[in-house]
Amino acid sequence: MSKNVGIVIVSHSADVARGTAMMVEQMVGREVPLGWCGGDPDGGLGTNVEAIMAAIDKAWSEKGVAILVDLGGAETNSEMAIEMLPEPRRSRVVVCNAPVVEGAVMAATEAASGATLDAVRRTAEELTPA
Amino acid sequence: MNKLKASVLMRHEVGLHARPSVKMTKLAKAFESKIDLGLSPDGPWIDAKSIVKVMATKAPKDSTIYFRAEGKDARAALDALVMLVDGDFQDGP
Repeated sequence: MSKNVGIVIVSHSADVARGTAMMVEQMVGREVPLGWCGGDPDGGLGTNVEAIMAAIDKAWSEKGVAILVDLGGAETNSEMAIEMLPEPRRSRVVVCNAPVVEGAVMAATEAASGATLDAVRRTAEELTPA
Repeated sequence: MNKLKASVLMRHEVGLHARPSVKMTKLAKAFESKIDLGLSPDGPWIDAKSIVKVMATKAPKDSTIYFRAEGKDARAALDALVMLVDGDFQDGP
């Protein structure tokens, strides 16, 4: 079990999600548990709750998981996925209000130092003007 | 407690862009001391452990990076950071 907060990337596009995950792995490293999902099963654009739940499971850490999303349904489906998680996991997963690519790299950099979930989210959200 | 200081010329081709910023921040976070970074000897100073602020400096090639550190491991932190920048942000041995 990782001592670092996990990062999940949710995009409408599988390519964006996979590419963002690659950036995190190559820029920050593999010490941060990482999950990603995007697109629908037919190769089109979309997000779905089951895939997001699987990505959260893949990135799971006892310290929690920070989710980075792109647009609309990525956010609402992520919130739905969190609601469907059993406690005590549910209260340890947050959606960050931050741009998906930049936010994922920033959040992972913070997470790599062993920071708390709250610190990871604040770092990602520093990118978003209040 | 006195702040220790160090400076180093950054020769990295693209300057303090994404990957160098991540490496520098990760290294700074490995130390307990408070570590600041500036582009002039008198500041303004930013928190070297903040990836968002470090990346926002956008320091170009041939900038001199100034560090100041305060805490138990300040000397070791400055030595490590100077070595990272001087070594062109290569991965250590």
